[in-house]
Amino acid sequence: MNWLLDLTPDEWNAVRLSIKVATVAMIASLPPGVAIALVLARGQFWGKTLLNGLVHLPLILPPVVTGYLLLLTFGKRGPAGAFLAEHFGIVFSFRWTGAALACGVMGFPLMVRAIRLSIEAVDRKIEAAAGTLGANPLWVFGTITLPLILPGLIAGAILSFAKAMGEFGATITFVSNIPNETQTLPSAIYTFTQVPGGDAGALRLTLISIVISMAALVASEVLARRVGRRMDIE
Amino acid sequence: MTVQVDISHRLGGFAVNARFESAGRLTALFGPSGSGKTTLINLIAGLIRPDKGRIAAEGRVLVDSDAGLFVPKHKRRIGMVFQDARLFPHMSVASNLRYGRWFTPAAERYADIDGVVELLGIGHLLDRRPAKLSGGEKQRVAIGRALLASPKLLLMDEPLASLDEARKAEILPYIERLRDETKIPIVYVSHSIAEVARLASDVVVLMQGKVAASGPTGAIMQRLDLLPAEERGEGGAVLDTAVLRHDEAFGMTVLGSLAGEIRVPLLATPVGAPVRVRIRARDVMIATEQPVGLSALNILPGTIVAIEPGEGPTVEIGLDCNGATVLARITEKSRQTLGLRLGRQVFAVVKTVSFDRANTGTGLPAEVDG
Repeated sequence: MNWLLDLTPDEWNAVRLSIKVATVAMIASLPPGVAIALVLARGQFWGKTLLNGLVHLPLILPPVVTGYLLLLTFGKRGPAGAFLAEHFGIVFSFRWTGAALACGVMGFPLMVRAIRLSIEAVDRKIEAAAGTLGANPLWVFGTITLPLILPGLIAGAILSFAKAMGEFGATITFVSNIPNETQTLPSAIYTFTQVPGGDAGALRLTLISIVISMAALVASEVLARRVGRRMDIE
Repeated sequence: MTVQVDISHRLGGFAVNARFESAGRLTALFGPSGSGKTTLINLIAGLIRPDKGRIAAEGRVLVDSDAGLFVPKHKRRIGMVFQDARLFPHMSVASNLRYGRWFTPAAERYADIDGVVELLGIGHLLDRRPAKLSGGEKQRVAIGRALLASPKLLLMDEPLASLDEARKAEILPYIERLRDETKIPIVYVSHSIAEVARLASDVVVLMQGKVAASGPTGAIMQRLDLLPAEERGEGGAVLDTAVLRHDEAFGMTVLGSLAGEIRVPLLATPVGAPVRVRIRARDVMIATEQPVGLSALNILPGTIVAIEPGEGPTVEIGLDCNGATVLARITEKSRQTLGLRLGRQVFAVVKTVSFDRANTGTGLPAEVDG
């Protein structure tokens, strides 16, 4: 068993970085994820189909294409990248933040889908009842809608996290494969498979990958069940 | 005026063009399904925006399409009790009850939790979740939740329609207490004559999106032509009475009314308390002489003041019994055999057992002093 836990510093870094990137990607995706899901579930406007298609694009496109598009837009000379770097000091290219962005974008359609489904399942009549009791739309959202969609929110967040843990193509295209900065678990495993004698390392990281993913899944199950029990909905 | 409505609104192929006003303590919007009752109450609550028109409640204009005015539902301070309770599933009963309080300005909070909980008998439910409540309990909590937002007007949209008879009987007394013990005017949607006759002080009859009639309950209930065909047998007179005495030995209560003494199955109501009874027209027989050797206990002398043709072989006879109106439904054959005509002195005969629980409720105190 010792060989399994005896990770090199670089391997530990990959594990830590992966968890950091996935967590940031998940948390940063939540607010826009809820907003977009809300608009798609309830909005009636011209261009809704277009927005829906746009959100789902990362699911359909080859990840390399998504990564390349990110590079074009958020790279040093890309329009969004240059703007953000100049005004907010946020730099994506070849940084772990870029990896988080790529992972967030790749997981976004999964997150939006889960949240949208749960929003569509909310009985709007209950929201109307809250309105007659004096709650304005913002309060209704905060006290009624949000608690009722919590299971969907958790499911969406976990999906996004899991997707981020496994994301490879878009990340490596956008921010390359730099140890300690952008080398996440999948990139590290890929690197091991490219060098002679890397099999043991690849296997170690693969097993760790499985453990983290399983832990996330179990955590989401437990959390969802606890929320479900608290709500006690028939 | 408690409520003033004058609107026209189109929903798909269905149009509502209604104009009425009422100052009653409990105004019933009454009509068959599809007559526009729920649309009207949703308009008053602000759940729907009318195409055109004006709505005012408790002296405040809520909608005026000409002035471009539409007060959103959360600013109306109008409580609503829905047919399907609509409790918040993720909150306990106590949290459901407290929800509206947050949004009521402190100076305008008149409802107190303990009083409402006591009024509705829901003290033992406070820690439960809505999913663990029976239909009747849910509805009582929903009424409490609406009350605790300290509304200026309370709307009830068929609050009993989805409940079975036992649950209805469980809730009706609470609605009566609500009507008599709180000062909030109520607008109550129903398609049940039994409910309207028992609860309402005023009735607005709706048919196909239009107001067919409106006025005090007693006057409206006598107009059998206003009732939907399937409910016509339920129509009849509404009498406001008071308990004279209880006859425990025979399990009866004697009520005093303008028309005379009426014996009904034993009530729990104390002596002197107001009781409203509904005498269905089909339960009333007519005799031309004081009957003898008859099992029926209620014999009310009166004068024939109206004879209207009814459904099929029947006629509706209106009697003036010392100022109270009693309706009888008999066959045209009987009318001719007995030679009944306007102005004739007759006796209305009603069996005590005709008064079941659904036909006796607590009366409106203000209306019984006469």
